[in-house]
Amino acid sequence: MAILVDKSTKVICQGITGSQGTFHTKQALAYGTPTVAGVTPGKGGTKHPDAELAHIPMYDTVADAKAATGATASAVYVPPPFAADAILEAIDAEIPLIVCITEGIPVMDMVRVKRALAGSKSRLLGPNCPGVLTPEACKIGIMPGNIFRKGNVGIVSRSGTLTYEAVFQTTKEGLGQTTAVGIGGDPVKGTEFIDMLDLFLGDPETQSIIMIGEIGGSAEEDAAEFIKSEAKKGRKKPMAGFIAGVTAPPGRRMGHAGAIISGGKGKAEDKLEAMKAAGIAIADSPASLGTTLLKVLKG
Amino acid sequence: MNIHEYQAKELYRQYGIPTGQGFPAFTADEAVAAAKKLPGPVWVVKSQIHAGGRGKGTFKEKAAGEKGGVRIAKSIDEVKEFAGQMLGNTLVTIQTGPAGRVVNRLYVEDGSAIDRELYLSALVDRETARVAFIASTEGGMDIEKVAHETPEKIMTMSIDPASGYQPFHGRKIAFALGLKGDLVKQCSKLIEALYKMVVEKDMSLLEINPLVVTKDGNLICLDGKMNFDSNALYRHPEIVAMRDEGEEDPMEIEASKHDLSYVKLDGTIGCMVNGAGLAMATMDIIKLYGAEPANFLDVGGGASKEKVQAAFKIILSDPAVKGILVNIFGGIMRCDIIAEGVIAAAREMDITVPLVVRLEGTNVELGKKILAESGLKIVPADDLADAAAKITSEVKKAA
Repeated sequence: MAILVDKSTKVICQGITGSQGTFHTKQALAYGTPTVAGVTPGKGGTKHPDAELAHIPMYDTVADAKAATGATASAVYVPPPFAADAILEAIDAEIPLIVCITEGIPVMDMVRVKRALAGSKSRLLGPNCPGVLTPEACKIGIMPGNIFRKGNVGIVSRSGTLTYEAVFQTTKEGLGQTTAVGIGGDPVKGTEFIDMLDLFLGDPETQSIIMIGEIGGSAEEDAAEFIKSEAKKGRKKPMAGFIAGVTAPPGRRMGHAGAIISGGKGKAEDKLEAMKAAGIAIADSPASLGTTLLKVLKG
Repeated sequence: MNIHEYQAKELYRQYGIPTGQGFPAFTADEAVAAAKKLPGPVWVVKSQIHAGGRGKGTFKEKAAGEKGGVRIAKSIDEVKEFAGQMLGNTLVTIQTGPAGRVVNRLYVEDGSAIDRELYLSALVDRETARVAFIASTEGGMDIEKVAHETPEKIMTMSIDPASGYQPFHGRKIAFALGLKGDLVKQCSKLIEALYKMVVEKDMSLLEINPLVVTKDGNLICLDGKMNFDSNALYRHPEIVAMRDEGEEDPMEIEASKHDLSYVKLDGTIGCMVNGAGLAMATMDIIKLYGAEPANFLDVGGGASKEKVQAAFKIILSDPAVKGILVNIFGGIMRCDIIAEGVIAAAREMDITVPLVVRLEGTNVELGKKILAESGLKIVPADDLADAAAKITSEVKKAA
């Protein structure tokens, strides 16, 4: 089962002729991701200059690519000034899953994108995220496929490298993953924790969940509330969590555009407290994500 | 990116937003010339630094006098005296930290006869994913304190980007602020212009504290704190031109030139990490093991030799650094390549403080072997907890 992506997902890549698009499409192909088309305006009908990608049909527009291939997902590797336009084009073409890897999109552009998503047929993952990966089935984005192992832990995180830590450790502990999802480090993004937790709770293969948050905003608190109220309805799975940025000073942006404590909001302490209150076992360091989950599972 | 108050007021004028009359001054003579161009009889001499709380701040130097960073002058001579006292001296406010900031620029403004002080700000609200306005009748106060103690005195309103500004938005804020008659009209016009400016200029924060009603019945933006989305600066060369590098940490400026994300902190353990989340988590675990991080530093996904070298240089230029922890999770990037980059950089840098390196991910065994065979004094670590334990004990040993 897994969530968001599986073997039947048909992926196109927007920005496939750029250096990032080229590199990561090759990696995705090597992982076995069904990649059906590439989109670069003005290059429709041409051959990709990289021999390894020359067999992938190229289109001028997302709508053309979708009509020709029945694509169900798009990976967006378009540079920041043009990324919002690319996402909006994919929404317009009614692509069900849009994954935007691009870091550095102006937040005002994302305000417009978020508005366009409301009531649309698309779900956006990111921007500024590592993407999504279902082991042995489909990889969209930049996650290293070799650290994954098919299993039963669902992983959702705002940070790329901390997602890898969680994947690596659950692989090491022999648990493996159903799907790992990076929702991204920007303040305005397509998908929040709640959306993914809802899917993981509903996925029969996912037996436990790791959630990794960081300072800034209140998405973790919202997620904790959600977990609490779902548990009352009997929807519950063992969970471990971690929050990065306990030592981050207020008012400073810690790398991610969304990682900032402002106006007394977004502090790690508040998030940890909310998560604990929702029954999530907290790892005191990212090195103990796997062992913390294992402890919960063994009761 | 932040700008000074006088630059913010220049932007107000471009958008037809009412603000006081005034001019910037870099010397006492310029301050006098500025005052002479204004009607008087009262002038306000304001320190221009990128930090709030200027009025209630104090100068470190005795020569600057006992008054704060915003002073009311009743004569041109007093303008000259205050300007001479403030320029070149160090202003300490609740936002500058104990080190304070040297005042190099002033803004000389015409004094306003104030009837009421209000509060107004705009920001990109992450919960609603819209531009939101925050208004309060408690102007001139610390708004976080107001929000905490009397939340009923704060009203928040967001604007749907699809509809944009509508007159009801302006009325909503006007009535919340208790404005009447012509002031309601002035407020609507103000909100419309502010919204346009915030969106067009890609502001992440605009704070007007205070927004005032003058005795002659006008609504005026008496202050302006503006912060711009750094991701959008590429489309605003006119904003970039207002950047005052003197207000920024020189190491942070150097880091941004190398596309490194760096934030200086007060501790002694320098860290170099790939990924923002892992970089924060590394800081946290250093603290968990009883030491304090000297910085946040994200070298990004690539971690090339050049980037690692630049990162070492920046970390080592902080005299407080007593040890360095390198924590890299090689995903797409292979650990052996990262190890080579770290070694090449470390060789050329002549690092004398303890260096602990934790590598994980693809080709990790080969990476560790390369580190071990380098002949450099690098302490390898197995995982993050091990790395934190090792760097704290190495630093204690070296002390």
